[in-house]
Amino acid sequence: MTEYPVPTSPIFGRLTLDALPLHEPIVVVTFLVVAMGGIAVLGAITYFRLWGYLWKEWFTSVDHKKIGIMYMVLGIIMLLRGFADAIMMRAQQAIAFNGSEGYLPAHHYDQIFTAHGMIMIFFVAMPLVTGLMNFVVPLQIGARDVSFPFLNNFSFWMTTCGAVLVMASLFIGEFAKTGWLAYPPLSGIGYSPDPGVDYYIWALQIAGVGTLLSGVNLICTIVKMRAPGMTMMKMPVFTWTALCTNVLIVAAFPVLTAVLVLLSLDRYVGTNFFTNDFGGNPMMYVNLIWIWGHPEVYILILPVFGIFSEVTSTFSGKKLFGYTSMVYATVVITILSYLVWLHHFFTMGSGASVNSFFGITTMIISIPTGAKMFNWLFTMYRGRIRFELPMMWTIAFMLTFVIGGMTGVLLAVPPADFVLHNSLFLVAHFHNVIIGGVVFGLFAGMAYWFPKAFGFRLNEFWGKCSFWFWVVGFYFAFMPLYVLGLMGVTRRLRVFDDPSLHIWFILAAFGAFLIALGIACFLVQIFVSIRDREKLRDVTGDPWNGRTLEWATSSPPPDYNFAFTPVIHDGDAWADMKSRGYTRPLEGFRPIHMPKNTGAGIILAGICLVLGFALVWYIWWLAALSFVALLVVAIGHTFDYNRDFFIPADEVARCEAERTRLLAGQVQA
Amino acid sequence: MSRFRPIAVLPLLLALGGCNFVVLDPTGDIAAQQRDLLVVSTLLMLLIILPVMALTVFFAWKYRQSNTTARYEPDWHHSTQLELVIWAAPLLIIICLGALTWMGTHLLDPYRPLDRIAADTPVPADVKPLEIQVVALDWKWLFIYPEQGVATVNQLAVPVDRPVSFRITSSSVMNAFYVPTLAGMIYAMPGMETKLHAVANAPGESRGFSANYSGAGFSGMFFGFKALPAAEFDAWLAENRASAEGLTKAAYLELEKPSENVPVRRFGTVEPALFNAVVNMCVDTGKMCMAEMTAIDARGGLGLAGIHNVLPLTYDKYARRGTVLGGKAGYVVGVCSPEELAQRTVSAATSPRSLAPVKGAGLALPGFTPISLPAAPAGPRAPSNI
Repeated sequence: MTEYPVPTSPIFGRLTLDALPLHEPIVVVTFLVVAMGGIAVLGAITYFRLWGYLWKEWFTSVDHKKIGIMYMVLGIIMLLRGFADAIMMRAQQAIAFNGSEGYLPAHHYDQIFTAHGMIMIFFVAMPLVTGLMNFVVPLQIGARDVSFPFLNNFSFWMTTCGAVLVMASLFIGEFAKTGWLAYPPLSGIGYSPDPGVDYYIWALQIAGVGTLLSGVNLICTIVKMRAPGMTMMKMPVFTWTALCTNVLIVAAFPVLTAVLVLLSLDRYVGTNFFTNDFGGNPMMYVNLIWIWGHPEVYILILPVFGIFSEVTSTFSGKKLFGYTSMVYATVVITILSYLVWLHHFFTMGSGASVNSFFGITTMIISIPTGAKMFNWLFTMYRGRIRFELPMMWTIAFMLTFVIGGMTGVLLAVPPADFVLHNSLFLVAHFHNVIIGGVVFGLFAGMAYWFPKAFGFRLNEFWGKCSFWFWVVGFYFAFMPLYVLGLMGVTRRLRVFDDPSLHIWFILAAFGAFLIALGIACFLVQIFVSIRDREKLRDVTGDPWNGRTLEWATSSPPPDYNFAFTPVIHDGDAWADMKSRGYTRPLEGFRPIHMPKNTGAGIILAGICLVLGFALVWYIWWLAALSFVALLVVAIGHTFDYNRDFFIPADEVARCEAERTRLLAGQVQA
Repeated sequence: MSRFRPIAVLPLLLALGGCNFVVLDPTGDIAAQQRDLLVVSTLLMLLIILPVMALTVFFAWKYRQSNTTARYEPDWHHSTQLELVIWAAPLLIIICLGALTWMGTHLLDPYRPLDRIAADTPVPADVKPLEIQVVALDWKWLFIYPEQGVATVNQLAVPVDRPVSFRITSSSVMNAFYVPTLAGMIYAMPGMETKLHAVANAPGESRGFSANYSGAGFSGMFFGFKALPAAEFDAWLAENRASAEGLTKAAYLELEKPSENVPVRRFGTVEPALFNAVVNMCVDTGKMCMAEMTAIDARGGLGLAGIHNVLPLTYDKYARRGTVLGGKAGYVVGVCSPEELAQRTVSAATSPRSLAPVKGAGLALPGFTPISLPAAPAGPRAPSNI
């Protein structure tokens, strides 16, 4: 029996050399690989003297396009970590049969599935979705940047620092062993005295600030900064879904912050919000976390619905079918997503009336979702469908997502949920909608907007390889889990003794391996595309014959996005402009007012990272110091009045003339 | 992609033969009804899912760019009739499914005492449900048969065709009690009691387990489930009674300490009202029972004097709790005598079986007993979101 609270030293808190996981060979090897990779990258940056460039042009940039791209890079890097966790789990479950314990002890395995879920949602899906919104929304509404450019930079670095804290837990101490939502009492101090849950809490709190502020920023941008003439009902659908998503973020994330504050009070000062005795009640935690958690699902899927709408319409060469009902469906989903959280715990013993209420509200969400599905279908109807990569992802999505939607409605029937809850059927269901929906959509979005961001297309061949590996891999990895769920196999198990289950886990592991190839092909695709960028170059700025405003400007867009703010007359603004014979203005440029880069965001977030680390390890002096530093830097930043500048008119003219030259070259060629 | 799908499905079909789809083929009446609902809902949804999938493939193929014979109408983007259909079709399905859900959820509410043993067999008037108390421990299951005065670890047996009423709790963290052949799962939560009513309709052996992750030993937290004909069940009880071990409070405190992959254990005797002490988190002598605490609080609490009624915690399952800034953990000292306590923690009688047909909202809500002293004995908090 260990004595708690643990002894802490005034200088290092509870951080001792024992916190380094030197006794776990897998972690040590991982550390060596990561360290060598890291040193190689840092060395290369130093060798090519890139630090100044990175700092000036990227890290301190307040340009929404660069921040969007940095979000995407963060999401892709964290995808590798989250997927490494996934394939380790699949391998463990495929091995641990016939008396074998597998290769992962419970101590390690339990951290892996917790980290996998948490990283994939918060540090893969969220940055990728936020990154796309950041990049695309201002361009789609004809704005020069977001409403609060500095805040945007700060949000990004807060998200990144949250991710860094999670990664730190891999090598210093350990991560939570609680499952990705950290239900108490298991996550309470009594049953999880180690720093794992504290890493979880502070990583989410730091990243949560970033997410919340980015939500405020994008709402404000969409509401206030649309080009003249773009009424709400003329906004592109992706912008609509981004608006709804950010409304969800702003309304839901404070709940997460609050529930984690309560949990940390329980863990740090001995309150009893979620303990069993002293009047505490863990059911409150479960309710609160899902009041955030269910809208979170829609925070991820709504923008992706927007991506599919843009892609379907563009590649079918048609206006989106039923724009108005698409918008209303999005709004209805936004509202309903707050009325369904209890379906995550029908089995907690609520009365039949409560359970059926939440079951039925959940089913009602499938009505607007179904309407969206039909809208995409009828957009394809009587179109001219070009099967470029984004459209391939869209078709795969439509076929896959309906299966996930169906099993989702099935799980919303409480008596059916009683036999399938927490089973691998449930795991298959949410991967079916998250991979088949969110991930496929993100890949569609990346392939679609990549030429806009970098001025050249992605390589088609490697993209198709990635596509097929992902899609086939998904079916191999998760259809067996549906079957296992129907065989009554529950989730998060580490060893098995029923040999008849073995084949299914082997199939699932094979599927995960195919997905690994899919990810590898995706990385190769990026590498090959950069190598062959001259061949893949797009100088028109409109490689797909697009319909919305972002395709009206050059690729990559100039810092100021649009030399003149466009005036909007119709829903598909750019298609409308093209059909009316729009010509680019070539003179009369005026100086453009732009925000200045600032290092305050990265510095503030870095201090938050130190604060989080200090709190995890009970290093009080460091926590106090970094908190004071946080206040000083934040207040100091408010006195920085030198925040904007003008791009001179002749600089704009030079930029636009360059584009004219490129366009002319295109015509001649 | 449609080209590849049949290939992906092939090995699955081969493997299907040797599988035991327990969720689709249960032996208990409750689980069977849950299965029926699952199947009916799936079929209902396939009514719309299949046409959508077929249309997706068909449209994608027909309106491909190379097919220049297909009609191309770039400006066609609205049709009121079509919009009505695409909103109405899912709506109709959901109306049917919603009605089914409302009925099914009330009929199969785990808190509702059974009114039938099988589809055409009502519960005979003279048959009383067998009460079994279930405690999820780290990481094993304790089953107490209060009327028979025996208990087992990691083995659950029930007589065939007799309704069983489970009272479920946990000693430390959340678990879920799940026997797929018998009935759906329900959470087991510390300091709270959940209920489940079920019946086994055919003799046989299978297994039950925790369906909610509960820590390091979770994978080994399963138990054997036996549905036995009446005579064999009596023999099984006798086998348990023959055990020299008794489940006293001291034995329970020893048992609840974390252990993994625990073999079956039998207890010939059980201390009365042990389960109530577990639910009220006062097996450890001297701790105030939660029923007592809530009753005192309901009458205004002990006031400032109450904060002194705490002693340092000396016993705990894992480690001595306490937080870095909050100091060491304590526990509230009980103020009732053991005799008073024993009387107070006897649970309210199980609610009488209702044979009234289900009428939706007309059903009684699951048992939440408002605390009022001394008229009604205070029960543990019911996990209810009402």
